[in-house]
Amino acid sequence: MKKSYKIDVDCANCANKMELAAKATPGVKDCVVNFMTLKMNVEFEDGADRAAVMQEVYRACKKVESDCEIFL
Amino acid sequence: MNRKQKTMLARILVSAALLISLGFVPVTGVPRFICYMAAYLVIGYDILIKAGRGILNRQVTDENFLMAVATIGAIALALYEGSGDYTEAVAVMLFYQIGEWFQSCAVGKSRRSISELMDIRPDYANVETGGRLEKTDPDDVEVGSVIVVQPGERVPIDGVVIEGESSLNTAALTGESLPRDVGPGDEIVSGCINMSGLLRIRTTREFGESTVSRILDLVENASSRKSRSEAFISRFARIYTPAVCGSALALAVIPPLVRMLGLGLDGGWETWIYRALTFLVASCPCALVISIPLSFFAGIGGASRAGVLVKGSNYLETLSKTRIVVFDKTGTLTKGVFEVNGIHHSPYSDAELVEFAALAESASSHPISLSLRRAYGREIDRSRVSDIREISGEGVTALVDGRSVAAGNAKLMDSLGVNYIECRSVGTVIHMAIDGEYAGHILISDVIKPRSAEAVSALRAAGVRETVMLSGDSKRVAEHVGAELGIDRVCGELMPADKVRKVEELLAVKPGREKLAFVGDGINDAPVLSRADIGIAMGAMGSDAAIEAADIVLMDDDPLKIAKAIKISRKCLRIVYENIVFAIAIKLACLALVAVGLANMWLAIFADVGVMILAVLNAIRALFAPKP
Repeated sequence: MKKSYKIDVDCANCANKMELAAKATPGVKDCVVNFMTLKMNVEFEDGADRAAVMQEVYRACKKVESDCEIFL
Repeated sequence: MNRKQKTMLARILVSAALLISLGFVPVTGVPRFICYMAAYLVIGYDILIKAGRGILNRQVTDENFLMAVATIGAIALALYEGSGDYTEAVAVMLFYQIGEWFQSCAVGKSRRSISELMDIRPDYANVETGGRLEKTDPDDVEVGSVIVVQPGERVPIDGVVIEGESSLNTAALTGESLPRDVGPGDEIVSGCINMSGLLRIRTTREFGESTVSRILDLVENASSRKSRSEAFISRFARIYTPAVCGSALALAVIPPLVRMLGLGLDGGWETWIYRALTFLVASCPCALVISIPLSFFAGIGGASRAGVLVKGSNYLETLSKTRIVVFDKTGTLTKGVFEVNGIHHSPYSDAELVEFAALAESASSHPISLSLRRAYGREIDRSRVSDIREISGEGVTALVDGRSVAAGNAKLMDSLGVNYIECRSVGTVIHMAIDGEYAGHILISDVIKPRSAEAVSALRAAGVRETVMLSGDSKRVAEHVGAELGIDRVCGELMPADKVRKVEELLAVKPGREKLAFVGDGINDAPVLSRADIGIAMGAMGSDAAIEAADIVLMDDDPLKIAKAIKISRKCLRIVYENIVFAIAIKLACLALVAVGLANMWLAIFADVGVMILAVLNAIRALFAPKP
């Protein structure tokens, strides 16, 4: 299951940091953050609770880059 | 500028004004400290907060942390020494924020200029229901519905024109500024803008399957594959920052200790701590970590602007090292449309002979038969044909209007015992025999694209060492086309599996640093496209397989774009290397100067922000495709 979220982040390296943080979140199979289009494409594990996982992703991203925003 | 950037600009101006005016006001002692702290906090409070959060989250080695430690350290030193020189700390923070602000504006600007070009998502489709037009979400339009596209609107879904004539602007898709004329029966791809007339279109795909959705999907997922340079930078940053922090600590502690214990001198702690703090300021790796991803981002953006879609920055990197280009012939260098190009040695008129041939071949769906029928141009009256016999690998025999007609290659003529005349031109030759008598031959050949030869020489000019053409066509045809285009090596009579083998052979003998690109039209080349170092598919407009299998997709059929894509990638990679070398060299020089005490904090921050601004400006150059 894939879903795309709009994000806001200031620098390309911060986007990389977000991507790594999101990838490490349980329930996320794969994640791609595209700095160019300011989109985060998340692929969820089967049977994962999307909303709950995204809350975790959001927390993890805030941790590595406090200036980021994910529009859930 | 967005709101964030405007606030930042205001903070920069306020803080700079405070700092300058404080230089003329002779306050001393505690009031002086308070005044400078005001300027410092105005410009740096968010950095301090971020650094604090970073410490809590154990993410200590980022630039916020470096800046916070360096400036707070400098303030502490000024307090301790009682010099009252807080200017340096405030200035460091100020310049750092100016650099960040500049970078944010530059990124925003390049993002806008790319997204404007990629802004091809249609918002609605006009569906006609009961004589009225209704704006519908393109997602809800079923295959086979009739939609109306008015002048000025974007074609939302792929389809076939059933009514109306117009010219289409395909610039957003192909980078080609010449409009394309369409009329009834023409296929039309989504994402083009209808320029002049009203078009009624029967959709052939769902919105999600349409060209425009596929392209957007491709572009939005482009950065998923990281290039080696980017991986290098992330690794570099991971090692570099802790190493620098360690060195700074060593610089602060070891020399004074050595002086005190080893040489019996005064430790000079202030000097060395100051140098260590300066070292931290100078060490910030911003220029690298910001400019490298930005260069690739701009490079991919610049490429898509030119109608070249790159699926990831690693492919841009591989493409720049391409020295061998392998082409598929049909559909890539030639139009892939067979046309009747000549009729020789026939006692019948051309039209009559084509009519006989078209009727005889009427049961076959081979491309050759299709081109004969196209040349005939009228409906086939099947009742005139009987007794059709297809002889595999030779041709057909049939009774047309009661006369026995044989159409096929030389083998068929041999087996029928008809004397035929060899054709001197190159192409597929269909010999005809009517009532057992030789009736001349029809020459059918593929047409070379007008810009193919130019494309091959442009590739050579772009530094490609060898060009190879693989073809399923006969050796003679392949060699003829190859010679005409100036291709180095030609291999004909290949089955799809042979093409993979051939590419593997080429891969095995080439030096490891050189990369091999395969260019195909993506229809039956999928295995080869994925086997080559880099697969380039031509003509994404219409071919689904192309977008899936290839690493790089050229939006239109123009082979000249291959050389352009290579040039874009070279330029982008050159910028990346320039930035890496430039930033690291300046950094190291600066660090060395700081360590021996030849540079102060001012110089360090100037070097840091200066290098970053230059690197960002350089990175943005990748957005603009090189002139051909």
